[in-house]
Amino acid sequence: MADDALFQFLHNEVIQYVYKSAENGEMENGRCITKLESMGFRVGQGLIERFTKDTARFKDELDIMKFICKDFWTSVFKKQIDNLRTNHQGIYVLQDNKFRLLTQLSAGKQYLEYAPKYLAFTCGLVRGGLSNLGVKSIVTAEVSVMPACKFQVMIQK
Amino acid sequence: MSRQSNRTTDSKKMNSELFTLTYGALVTQLCKDYENDEEVNKQLDKMGYNIGVRLIEDFLARSSVGRCHDFRETADVIAKVAFKMYLGITPSVTNWSPAGDEFSLILESNPLVDFVELPDNHNSLIYSNLLCGVLRGALEMVQMAVDVRFAQDTLRGDNVTEIRMKFIKRIEENLPAGDE
Repeated sequence: MADDALFQFLHNEVIQYVYKSAENGEMENGRCITKLESMGFRVGQGLIERFTKDTARFKDELDIMKFICKDFWTSVFKKQIDNLRTNHQGIYVLQDNKFRLLTQLSAGKQYLEYAPKYLAFTCGLVRGGLSNLGVKSIVTAEVSVMPACKFQVMIQK
Repeated sequence: MSRQSNRTTDSKKMNSELFTLTYGALVTQLCKDYENDEEVNKQLDKMGYNIGVRLIEDFLARSSVGRCHDFRETADVIAKVAFKMYLGITPSVTNWSPAGDEFSLILESNPLVDFVELPDNHNSLIYSNLLCGVLRGALEMVQMAVDVRFAQDTLRGDNVTEIRMKFIKRIEENLPAGDE
């Protein structure tokens, strides 16, 4: 079983690679984030397919989001989402108080400007997972104090 | 309950699939960015090197192996402890050269290549080249210069995956001038 640490190292290398190849070309920050997000998207699609092979059909959107918060997050990040909020109109906020990919970065406000880089892949992961469950969405992330962060999912109808 | 135990084994498998799929996405991206396979191989090796120099610290912190006394011990630790810890497989160590400075790691299964098929136009791509970089980087941090390359690859039609490791020299620690 691939170790958690191995994925984190690989994730960091991928981020470094994408940003380094941007220095040579003329890509701005936005393009790099998009690149990372689309990589996460493809991985999320594949992952959710493998994971939900034997799961029962989901009752509704909320059921899908709860699955993402509990089972999906547990298998990918070894813990559940700490808080799920929704306005019952297609917007969900997933709060993770100790996001695994940020714990090694800082424990407060230091390096806050670098945090988005480390969240792009996971945003794509969630978007890809939802997409293969039949839910179109836009996923963004925000962080104010590391390692806590919030992922906002906007369902597109 | 059987359902619960299913969940735990699933979650372990899931984690390795996360790594496998992410690695696949990375290689795909590299192939798109670089025109030829040689460049991709070089990039993978470089990235693997960067990962290796950090991974060795994680490895030493987590396992309680002490200093290896010779290359044979190093080979055993790599195969039985490191590979098992990070990839969940235990390759076998074979084909020692007469001088004892070169050996092969035979991997029956390579978790990196689950779900992977090489298309025809990428014949010289060494898909798992990251592993070579990781091994090279990690060993360099423990004062061993090695040369690592793939001798056989299941993706290219061989039966097993074989990684050949050759000991080049011991890296002397460079003390700054003025120290005793």
